Amino acid sequence: MSSENLRRTALYQTHVDLGARIVPFAGWEMPLEYSGILDETKAVRSRAGIFDVSHMGRLYISGSDAASLLDWVVTAGAANLRLGRARYAMICNEAGGIIDDTVFYRLDSEKFLLVCNAGNRDEVVLWLDRWVQERFGGASVDDRTLSTAMIAFQGPAAAASLDRLCDGSASPLMPFGSTEGEVASRPVLIGRTGYTGEDGFELMVDASDAAGIWNALVEAGGAPCGLGARDVLRLEAGLALHGHDITPESTPIEAGLGRYVKLDKEFVGAQVLRQQSADGPESRLVGLVVEGRRIPREGYGVYGGGEEVGRVTSGSISPSLDRNIALAYVLEGFSTLGQQVQIDIRGQMADGVVTQLPFYSRKGGG
Amino acid sequence: MNPPDRKYSKDHEWVLLEGSSKGTVGITEFAQDHLGDVVYLDLPKVGTKLAQYDKLGEVESVKAVSDIFSPVSGEITEVNEVLSDNPEVVNDDPYGQGWLVQLAIPDPAELESLLTAEQYEAFLNELPS
Repeated sequence: MSSENLRRTALYQTHVDLGARIVPFAGWEMPLEYSGILDETKAVRSRAGIFDVSHMGRLYISGSDAASLLDWVVTAGAANLRLGRARYAMICNEAGGIIDDTVFYRLDSEKFLLVCNAGNRDEVVLWLDRWVQERFGGASVDDRTLSTAMIAFQGPAAAASLDRLCDGSASPLMPFGSTEGEVASRPVLIGRTGYTGEDGFELMVDASDAAGIWNALVEAGGAPCGLGARDVLRLEAGLALHGHDITPESTPIEAGLGRYVKLDKEFVGAQVLRQQSADGPESRLVGLVVEGRRIPREGYGVYGGGEEVGRVTSGSISPSLDRNIALAYVLEGFSTLGQQVQIDIRGQMADGVVTQLPFYSRKGGG
Repeated sequence: MNPPDRKYSKDHEWVLLEGSSKGTVGITEFAQDHLGDVVYLDLPKVGTKLAQYDKLGEVESVKAVSDIFSPVSGEITEVNEVLSDNPEVVNDDPYGQGWLVQLAIPDPAELESLLTAEQYEAFLNELPS
């Protein structure tokens, strides 16, 4: 895609002014790094970091059928979600393959916000529209991605810092709670959600307010962080990335995300997932800790007993653990914790071991 | 910013000739900046003989792994051992402490085919951003 066709978030100029390295990502020009991926990763683990995640889709679903529509398209319960709460779920096709993963918020009895991945937004909108037309005419979908911005503020210092900008309304939120409020005197939807494995918040704001809020968060001590650090942080936290660890060719059961699937309700893909849950999948997504200095990267083969038994879907150095880590699909028989495997890193075998996810969890948990 | 005392390859390596047959090789500021945080270098053993543009090793950053090519033919005489525990020195000082290897160079005339600092900068300016 040529650069003329790429979208820019409301914070593009802010990133340029801060000296970010900008790269194309899922149709957007996004900051990859500012001070450096390792430095930014450390800032989030030790203090707080700010991320522009405005490229992600923000779809507002409202109407008398809003809850029923969501219950039909996402794997987790939607109608039973309380106001001011959010949930992680997947959107599956009829074969149980993962179209996208999402966090959705209940804003009112008949109003939800569904946040989806940037690269899947068009497909998710089409998918929702299809089901509105076929079954849930009392629901409507309003894609406000381009008129709004989304900023993640993540790290152990995030709650206290954000409290000072919003009259203390951040820290009372439970994990996966949300509230409407003001940050730096601008209207914001605050969710205690994120993609880093740290405590933190995601702020949904009007595009015109994005730069003001971003600057206030920088002044409050947030280190600007790019997509590079975000990818390392989410992998350390064992969180799957759509298009890599989860795809339309993999199911929530294979991906080890069965706890986000409500098998006792009817939704697209439910039948296949129930069957697979009962039978057990052929392969599973597992965490690997890999010996040596060379990083296991996406696409590298995983071997057990001399045979290829799987493939790496994401890999990185883990600065927090000072080890190399990966997510990989491996055959069921090689997926138990402690299983020894080898990873073919460009022709040299490195030893790995199937490890409990997440690789990293913050002290105090939750 | 690229020192004028050495020659550059279009693969973003540099070679500094000392005397008539000894050369030091590293990667350029442009290369380290684009790689980002370097976490590992796979470098050849002393005694390895390389032809010009042979693969010299690999530099691995958080983001990606890239091949390094030798800008000149020669035999490795020294490897920068500092980098095995402190690969980030390549980011901090690519033209100084972050050098990669030294070679005995049989044919210094080979350097004529490489770019001067000025030519390398012109080359960089023409790269698609």
